[in-house]
Amino acid sequence: MRQFIVFARKEFYHIFRDRRTLLILFGMPIVQIILFGFAITNEIKNADIAVLDQSKDYYSSRLVQKLTAGGYFRIDRNLRDQSSITAAFREGRIKMAVVIAPEFSQSFHHHNKGRVQLLADAGDPNTATTLINYATAIIGNFQQELNGELELPLTIDTTVTMEYNPALKSVFLFVPGVMTLILLLVSAMMTSITIAREKELGTMEILLVSPLPPALIIVGKVVPYIVLSFINALIILTMGVFIFGMPIKGSLVLLLAECVLFVLTSLSLGILISSVTDKQQTAMMASMMGLLMPTALLSGFIFPIESMPLPLQWLSNIMPAKWFIIILKDIMLKGSGLQYVWPQTLVLVGMTLFFVIMSIRNFKIRLS
Amino acid sequence: MDPIITNGLTKRFGSFIATNAITFEVKKGEIFGFLGANGAGKTTAMRMLCGLLRPSSGTAKVAGYDVYTQSEKIKQNIGYMSQKFSLYEDLKVKENIRFYGGIYGLSDKAIKEKTTQLLKKLQMEAEADQLVSALPLGWKQKLSFSIAILHDPSIVFLDEPTGGVDPLTRRQFWDLIYEAASRGVTVFVTTHYMDEAEYCDRVSIMVDGRIRALDTPRRLREQFSAASMDDVFLQLAREKAKS
Repeated sequence: MRQFIVFARKEFYHIFRDRRTLLILFGMPIVQIILFGFAITNEIKNADIAVLDQSKDYYSSRLVQKLTAGGYFRIDRNLRDQSSITAAFREGRIKMAVVIAPEFSQSFHHHNKGRVQLLADAGDPNTATTLINYATAIIGNFQQELNGELELPLTIDTTVTMEYNPALKSVFLFVPGVMTLILLLVSAMMTSITIAREKELGTMEILLVSPLPPALIIVGKVVPYIVLSFINALIILTMGVFIFGMPIKGSLVLLLAECVLFVLTSLSLGILISSVTDKQQTAMMASMMGLLMPTALLSGFIFPIESMPLPLQWLSNIMPAKWFIIILKDIMLKGSGLQYVWPQTLVLVGMTLFFVIMSIRNFKIRLS
Repeated sequence: MDPIITNGLTKRFGSFIATNAITFEVKKGEIFGFLGANGAGKTTAMRMLCGLLRPSSGTAKVAGYDVYTQSEKIKQNIGYMSQKFSLYEDLKVKENIRFYGGIYGLSDKAIKEKTTQLLKKLQMEAEADQLVSALPLGWKQKLSFSIAILHDPSIVFLDEPTGGVDPLTRRQFWDLIYEAASRGVTVFVTTHYMDEAEYCDRVSIMVDGRIRALDTPRRLREQFSAASMDDVFLQLAREKAKS
């Protein structure tokens, strides 16, 4: 035990004396959360639109009012004729144009039909789709209101509810995603680098010649990172909850326990990486390219797994991050308990065991 | 009983024989030079003696313990310093001492006493709170050696300890080795420098995994009718090139 304390203390010296390590450990999570939380967002807020209201009657102005009421759209300008639509788009300020056909109210009453045209700037297809979806939903709402007044028969009433994230806040996806990425990065990359560093500097040999059991060397190196990663998880969760209003509906204890589990998974992955390399550079590149990129792309953090080609969907299954993101979202947003997230938990436990066994095997091969 | 006894110690890596049936013994308090060109099998032999590598065949006892079954006991009783630094550059001098003392199981009190002694002997009291990275190379090596024998091992293994330092510092380093040997510590040292070979009590020269010569430096010079250890080494190397 004394040996362990001596060892862990040394490890903390390494960490706290290296600015680069500190920066990666604590600077990056905060910067990333803020970046993803505020800057990179795919939700719509105050999108500039142009309105060409050819009707200018009671109903059309109510519709326009409705469009701008939710805070999603902001009227940049009112257009006078069709030809000015193109010009407005060319200027680049507006993302969408709403054209309301002439005699909107009248045709509504006489033909039970009103016509609205939506034109979006599909140069940015994602935004265009989202804008159109929002606008269609708002118009649909408006239609229902009017239907209510008119008591028209035979209308299909579709009610859409966005469960668990009614405001469609993308930050609810990014917080678990960034947390996963950071924990994986800090745990796997930092451990593999720190172990590779001992090998590169030749101090590993001294440690192996010492009476320290090899297992204690690894545990001594890893435990400080478990502690720091856990602190990191707490920082990210706190920021998620207090800055971005992310809910934690499920059990906090379960959530933290799952965090510890994922930290262990990442650490064992880091140990595995370090067992196949002797160089810090290699360890870093392996963690960055082999781990970070595929995780960011395949874990469902940025791109939905459901829309990937089938082979990539299979591949996403071997990403520990995918399972952890599911667990995080289930616990935080849905309030699921262990009875719902046990399959994913089991996958992570299995992966951890696999990595540990592989590392031990590699270690033995190297020794003999 | 001699601190190091080997008999037919062999290590194979696949079909390659790194160390081929080496047999020798080292006496207590002796400075034993272990010479050989790169790839001659020095490091492999040394790793087996330190309990880092399992021999393929043959026997060896270090500090009275068997290398096959008692490597943990061996580790307790030996010190080790490698060609690369054994010290952590981002730790202070004092912290390095405390760390190595700690992993060898010394008590806090013992570490404190030994730290004071050691710093005094090396005249480094003023540098106790400096990072090792700030020390000159020669100082680092002296400190590294002193830390390797901090836990009073009966044998210390030095793997090319003086690589890259000037002759004067090397001489000072050897004073430390002599001093340790005079206290009864057995010193097992590999080196590239032939002038250092002259400082050893006995020298073995390895060629292609075998020990080709083993005696005191003086008798080796006579045996090969050479003017210096350098000549002895070159003769053995040429022999190898011919065969």
